Amino acid sequence: RTKQSLAFKMAGADSDDSLYPIAVLIDELRNEDVQLRLNSIKKLSTIALALGVERTRTELLPFLTDTIYDEDEVLLALAEQLGNFTMLVGGPEYVHCLLPPLESLATVEETVVRDKAVESLRKISHEHSPVDLEVHFEPLVKRLASGDWFTSRTSACGLFSVCYPRVSSTVKAEIRQHFRTLCSDDTPMVRRAAASKLGEFAKVLELEYVKSDIISLFTALASDEQDSVRLLAVEAGVSIATLLPQEDLEALVMPTLRQAAEDKSWRVRYMVADKFSDLQKAVGPEITKNDLVPAFQNLLKDCEAEVRAAAANKVKEFCENLPEDSRETIIMTHILPCVKELVSDTNQHVKSALASVIMGLSTILGKDNTIEHLLPLFLAQLKDECPEVRLNIISNLDCVNEVIGIRQLSQSLLPAIVELAEDAKWRVRLAIIEYMPLLAGQLGVEFFDEKLNSLCMAWLVDHVYAIREAATCNLMKLVEKFGAEWAQNTIVPKVLGMANDPNYLHRMTTLFCINALSEVCGQEITTKHMLPVVFKMSNDQVANVRFNVAKSLQKIGPVLDSNCLQTEVKPVLEKLASDQDIDVKYFAQEAISVLSLA
Amino acid sequence: MAGAGGGGNDVQWCFSQVKGAIDDDVAEADIISTVEFNHSGELLATGDKGGRVVIFQQETENKSQPQCRSEYNVYSTFQSHEPEFDYLKSLEIEEKINKIRWLPQKNAAQFLLSTNDKTIKLWKISERDKRPEGYNLKEEDGRYRDAATITTLRVPVFRPMDLMVEASPRRVFANGHTYHINSISVNSDNETYLSADDLRINMWHLEITDRSFNIVDIKPANMEELTEVITAAEFHPHQCNTFVYSSSKGTIRLCDMRASALCDKHSKLFEEPEDPSNRSFFSEIISSISDVKFSHNGRYMMTRDYLSVKIWDLNMENRPVETYQVHEYLRSKLCSLYENDCIFDKFECCWNGNDSVVMTGSYNNFFRMLDRSQQRDVTLEASRESCKPRQVLKPRRVCAGGKRKKDEISVDSLDFNKKILHTAWHPQENIIAVATTNNLYIFQEKVN
Repeated sequence: RTKQSLAFKMAGADSDDSLYPIAVLIDELRNEDVQLRLNSIKKLSTIALALGVERTRTELLPFLTDTIYDEDEVLLALAEQLGNFTMLVGGPEYVHCLLPPLESLATVEETVVRDKAVESLRKISHEHSPVDLEVHFEPLVKRLASGDWFTSRTSACGLFSVCYPRVSSTVKAEIRQHFRTLCSDDTPMVRRAAASKLGEFAKVLELEYVKSDIISLFTALASDEQDSVRLLAVEAGVSIATLLPQEDLEALVMPTLRQAAEDKSWRVRYMVADKFSDLQKAVGPEITKNDLVPAFQNLLKDCEAEVRAAAANKVKEFCENLPEDSRETIIMTHILPCVKELVSDTNQHVKSALASVIMGLSTILGKDNTIEHLLPLFLAQLKDECPEVRLNIISNLDCVNEVIGIRQLSQSLLPAIVELAEDAKWRVRLAIIEYMPLLAGQLGVEFFDEKLNSLCMAWLVDHVYAIREAATCNLMKLVEKFGAEWAQNTIVPKVLGMANDPNYLHRMTTLFCINALSEVCGQEITTKHMLPVVFKMSNDQVANVRFNVAKSLQKIGPVLDSNCLQTEVKPVLEKLASDQDIDVKYFAQEAISVLSLA
Repeated sequence: MAGAGGGGNDVQWCFSQVKGAIDDDVAEADIISTVEFNHSGELLATGDKGGRVVIFQQETENKSQPQCRSEYNVYSTFQSHEPEFDYLKSLEIEEKINKIRWLPQKNAAQFLLSTNDKTIKLWKISERDKRPEGYNLKEEDGRYRDAATITTLRVPVFRPMDLMVEASPRRVFANGHTYHINSISVNSDNETYLSADDLRINMWHLEITDRSFNIVDIKPANMEELTEVITAAEFHPHQCNTFVYSSSKGTIRLCDMRASALCDKHSKLFEEPEDPSNRSFFSEIISSISDVKFSHNGRYMMTRDYLSVKIWDLNMENRPVETYQVHEYLRSKLCSLYENDCIFDKFECCWNGNDSVVMTGSYNNFFRMLDRSQQRDVTLEASRESCKPRQVLKPRRVCAGGKRKKDEISVDSLDFNKKILHTAWHPQENIIAVATTNNLYIFQEKVN
């Protein structure tokens, strides 16, 4: 590239300068370096602008149509660009010129590229006039739908719904026929693509055809021999249910959905569990009461843990969306017994899925029920052997706090927190640290000082750096909550005490804490209490401590007043700047220049 | 396509082609380690110990010379795997291609999976017959143009060129296996495949390389309790939820993935009770299954152990519906075969297009055709001696003991270094590919 531009510059400065960058971009469309090709494709609009609409149509687009051998990332970028190209080929009148390159992109093997090409085709379909849609766009859809390879047929599935509403009734009938054909394609890939677009297609169809065509396609796909097809039909079922009047749901959709909830394949049942809230909204309160409640109970008791976990995740949402008149009765008599069993499930993913939502039930059930029925479950989960379960409970404490106050839990909470705080896995310790500020806020300063403060201090000397780092950050958040005065009385003395620790890593932790705390503690505490300690540490025998002193001074400088900076900080930094260690010198000099003390 | 790959012993097999070097001095890297036709039979892939994949393409049918219809010529050759070193475990990872599986065709390009002991790769084999021409800033030969002469922009144009076949790696599925991969198999849903090693089977999505799901794990908590290993695994050709895996103990387990996410519990166990009269020190070794293949129609499966081929009806677990002896005369030789390690050879087996005949290899460059409908079998030989075009292969006989008849070969004169482990049958036609050590023989039905 540099060689090229040099050659160009030497050759003649008198040629049209504005052409040069474009010429480079065009040449780089076929550069050996993928990055340069990608770069050129991303600036395709610049090239097209320079060429003008006519040459873009007659030269650039034919070139791009043939360029499908390229790397995926280049093709992906191209597919995206072409979706925004209408004005560059001369406006809606000529938008159909973009179809050939997008058609060839819609048949490549990479799903991401095909999907992007389909997305762009959908986009430009709206820019076609009704006539062009029938003359150019719809034939393209037909070609793709009857292509030899499944790649083109899968792409066709995503295009029916955008042309259907805007074509004549004869063409509409053809489109419906094509969609029907693809729903019973030989290859599961095409049937999957059709199943995943069934809901969307149903939305643009007239209600009579939804009832006559879509329902039979839905029923067929939902009983496909491949479970990968059946599971996609579940989602389509949800969309179709929203389209039908209540009185038709029972006869047309429910038998199939019921069958899906009891499918032999756990993947299909998993899908039902995963879409349960949408399903519930789609079918309305009556069917929910009669059908979905027992179905949900079954999913919560499913033999496959993956299914139980998916259902457990939906417990709160499902309960929330139950019809108000019977909500409490249904939860208490049907759902809660299942939930109780899940608390002692054999699979930890199931338990932890439940733990992440179970607290939400307290707002739905109110104070008395929560204390009587839910509290024992929370307490059991707080004692669970799996740390993730305990963490999920702790991270959702706010829901309970609103209903019954956290005091009810605090006696059990404390041992759970302490145990997590001392867990052998550092990632678990890290997770509980992150909830400390939240817990502190809910438990109040007194409880915190009494029970949790010592934990927070212990983390500062953890043997894992990530924990020490998180612990410093935690202190800052606690000070934000409890105020500077609290900091001065409880944590600052302890932090500063570590400056005399024989372990240099702990001495450095003091500096890191000061970095984090100086701003929230304010000028007075920083100058009066922290700064002297920092100065003292500038004589530390370990170079790492000394250069961290320099870094700390740079960091807390803005909190200090200028007099203090000039008379106290500057001399220390100058001394460090003449240190024998090269790193100490470097960071001291950096601090001097950042604080403008030179 | 007479008989649509049907005929068994009525078929007269004749020599068509032989690929590979002729000299007896065989380079280790050239030893063929797998052979596989694609779904149309138009392409034939071989993998070797040197990590290379060679793809042959069938010449388009020539009406005037029907006898030439099955000529396969080299289409593409590429290095699929390189030798590697696992520094954490101080282990060398061989580049040898253990298995190749073609994907059903999805567009004009062809795709295949190839695997060595640890890493599976997805390759795209595509044709290119056009290339862009025309630069703005330089000539086609690379010389920079005098910029002063550039007054208009040129858009490159695609022009026809000589056909070029490119193989490009599309996905690398690494770090999924602790032990050696022995099988890969593409699911009929066309979006997932399985890979099996000695103790585990993983399921992958063809488009996702950074995770796989473990579906079978037979690793005991204590490795000293290890009594069996997985030797092969395959998906059912039509039922996407069904797969089988065979073990070193001679059993085959059929699993239903609908039942649960982890298929540790099989839904069927195929096992033939051992014949106590044949019990010996070698019983367990020779009952180890070296290959399992579903029939094309999905009703049966075939297993190969050291001495026999068994056909199982998926609906009958307690014994095979058919058993064929491949080289029963070796039973008396097991001791010496144990000493020279031949007893651990892993012979593969394959079905013909309509599941009426099966083929498997033996020693001395012999291979066996077993006709299911007539319960007849024949032994043929892949050798340089019968390499004249259209020469009909003569059946071979091994003298099983007693007095040796004319035309018979004595067991003692069999060459155990010449073994046919890998064979493949064209999915529709009577064309077979047979790998001897470093040569690939292609035979076809004699056309009159």
